Amino acid sequence: MKHIISILLENESGALSRVAGLFSARGYNIESLTVATTEDPTMSRMTLVTSGSDQIIEQIIKQLNKLIDVVKLVDLSEDEHIEREMMLVKVKSSGPDREELKRLTEIFRGRIIDVTPRTYTVELTGTGGKLDAFLQALEAASIIETVRSGTSGITRGDKGLSL
Amino acid sequence: MQQQSTGAEILTGAEILARSLKDEGVEYIFGYPGGAVLHIYDALFKQDAVKHILVRHEQGASHAADGYARATGRPGVLLVTSGPGATNAVTGIATAYMDSIPMVIITGQVNTWAIGSDAFQEVDSVGITRPCVKHNFLVKDVKDLAETIKKAFYLASSGRPGPVVVDVPKDVTALTAEYHYPESVNIRSYSPVEKGHSGQIKRAVEMLLAAKKPMIYTGGGVVLDNASEILVEFTKLLGFPITNTLMGLGSFPASDRQFLGMLGMHGTYEANMAMHDCDVLLAVGARFDDRVVGKVEEFCPYAKKIHIDIDPASISKSVIVDVPIVGSVSSVLTDMIAQLKATEVKTDADALTQWWNQIEAWRKQDCLRYDTKSDIIKPQGVIQKLHEITKGDAFITSDVGQHQMWAAQYYGFNKPRRWINSGGLGTMGFGLPAAIGVQLAYPDETVCCVTGEASIMMCIQELSTCLQYGLPINVVSLNNRYMGMVRQWQEFFYEGRYAMSYMDALPDFVALANSFGHVGLRVESPADVEAALKEAIADTKRLYFIDFVTDQTENVFPMIAAGKGHHEMHLPAHMTAERDLA
Repeated sequence: MKHIISILLENESGALSRVAGLFSARGYNIESLTVATTEDPTMSRMTLVTSGSDQIIEQIIKQLNKLIDVVKLVDLSEDEHIEREMMLVKVKSSGPDREELKRLTEIFRGRIIDVTPRTYTVELTGTGGKLDAFLQALEAASIIETVRSGTSGITRGDKGLSL
Repeated sequence: MQQQSTGAEILTGAEILARSLKDEGVEYIFGYPGGAVLHIYDALFKQDAVKHILVRHEQGASHAADGYARATGRPGVLLVTSGPGATNAVTGIATAYMDSIPMVIITGQVNTWAIGSDAFQEVDSVGITRPCVKHNFLVKDVKDLAETIKKAFYLASSGRPGPVVVDVPKDVTALTAEYHYPESVNIRSYSPVEKGHSGQIKRAVEMLLAAKKPMIYTGGGVVLDNASEILVEFTKLLGFPITNTLMGLGSFPASDRQFLGMLGMHGTYEANMAMHDCDVLLAVGARFDDRVVGKVEEFCPYAKKIHIDIDPASISKSVIVDVPIVGSVSSVLTDMIAQLKATEVKTDADALTQWWNQIEAWRKQDCLRYDTKSDIIKPQGVIQKLHEITKGDAFITSDVGQHQMWAAQYYGFNKPRRWINSGGLGTMGFGLPAAIGVQLAYPDETVCCVTGEASIMMCIQELSTCLQYGLPINVVSLNNRYMGMVRQWQEFFYEGRYAMSYMDALPDFVALANSFGHVGLRVESPADVEAALKEAIADTKRLYFIDFVTDQTENVFPMIAAGKGHHEMHLPAHMTAERDLA
């Protein structure tokens, strides 16, 4: 099963490679990983999407907690949460295709953020599944490039992951 | 001395390092100089609180510091230069990491402004060591140096111990800062749990008291936590059988009737059979290593399992347990003893009697019996003789292979921290440098390095270090002209194709020892074993290298092939013969 693990990480050089190194050394799988600083400049927030049996996820969480640079973490999948991913996709479009693509973008609540005579660049935000669906709706041959941010997530309600 | 208005001394980074080590109470630092650490060496030269031991190869420094740590319980410290100094130390760092040994490794680094430029003797030491340390630091600002050293010692020796690397660029050792060594440090992401959960402890005690075929299996965690006395009290209180892992030997006296010997791949018949048949298993400071467990599906198939460990990640990593208890071994066992003493409930005496009868029947098969009448020296006999002469009280370091298993099986350790070997990583070359660390820590004790002619060659250069510091180590080399354990696997699993496991072109070890300034002896007859060992041990001034020419065909029994269950042992001939007759 897919798990979204949200981590407060010391904002130090090498912290990211400790996490990445742990996953490669122990053969765990990373589906996506995003990281950036927070309102507290000493800490970064990482969102990591992984999958595995309950036993493997338990080990992943324990091993992550063992890293000295990991301050705190939560498995978002265990609670109500919101997840979002941002995607930029550059699509070939000219002639009557342009109208069709515009409509499709509107249906998915995306935005066209760059236009050339032969392309549209679409920005789309949503769950990973929604982004997948948009890509499937496009003609495969029309896609010039796809850039996805990887999933970010946050818990619902009053509580947050903090020190 | 330059003073600032705050009154704190202004020191160079190199001086800060030397002073931090002194304030940390470091007795010895093992190392080898080089360009990036010359300022540090200069600072060490100008003080005499911390004694520097010059090794002949950085791998030797890391094993010596490791041996020191295993014997004393205090962190071992080493200092190596950048680049090859650091990479040479990596094997020793990984060795310590696998066995959770507290160690602080100071690696020199090129100047901060040169980092990343492929400078002379530059290597990404923090990157290279990352997967085999508990944590590591690159100190970019001299102001952070003292606190980082404190953090390194704190991390190395608390919780589940382990090696910590501090990488120090050369310019940082030349710049100055106010010296203040913190008394303690707080790391916000790190707070090991010492005390076990009372509810879980209660469940565990109830489960143990209800057991009909209990078994206690303990590992290196008991040694690391200095919890042997508590373990003995606990085990005596229950009257249960107990086995130790390779790393746990000595934490329960081998001479005690409740002790069934080591378990696992080369464990005793009685220990492995008791593991297989038990109904409640208590694992204490042990990590269900593959050499202990064998086939996971057939590991203790009838048992409810309780696991005490300070590292939550060790729990249910390979074997799923029923009652996990996170905490230090000493704290949890102390709480369990208190509950056992308070409760009215008693163990099931009848069931235990029956269980012990079964165990004694297994034990009677005498799985460690070997041919004592042979004209060729039997390696097991050398270890037994060593035990007799040293009364089981010596510090025994070992390398890796058959000799290591025979030492573990036949020496009979009665005290913790006497058995110093590379269990997890299985590092050949560990034994001699480790013995250096042990002998320095305990100059008046008998220290023996049990080795083989293959392993000893991996760090043979340290014989030179032994001479420089006058260390009267006894090297007990069981020379069978083979990489014995490789040969044994080839005999069992490769139809006797001894691919590249024969040691050709061996040196004359007697002449070799002599050339290093030590005493060399060659022993070829069983009748001469005792006299040679006695002579070596009686001489407390000189290192003896005894080259025992042993039986080439001897194998380590019992043996569980990798991936097999505890009840599927390869057994020695006398046991299989009796079984065939039956």
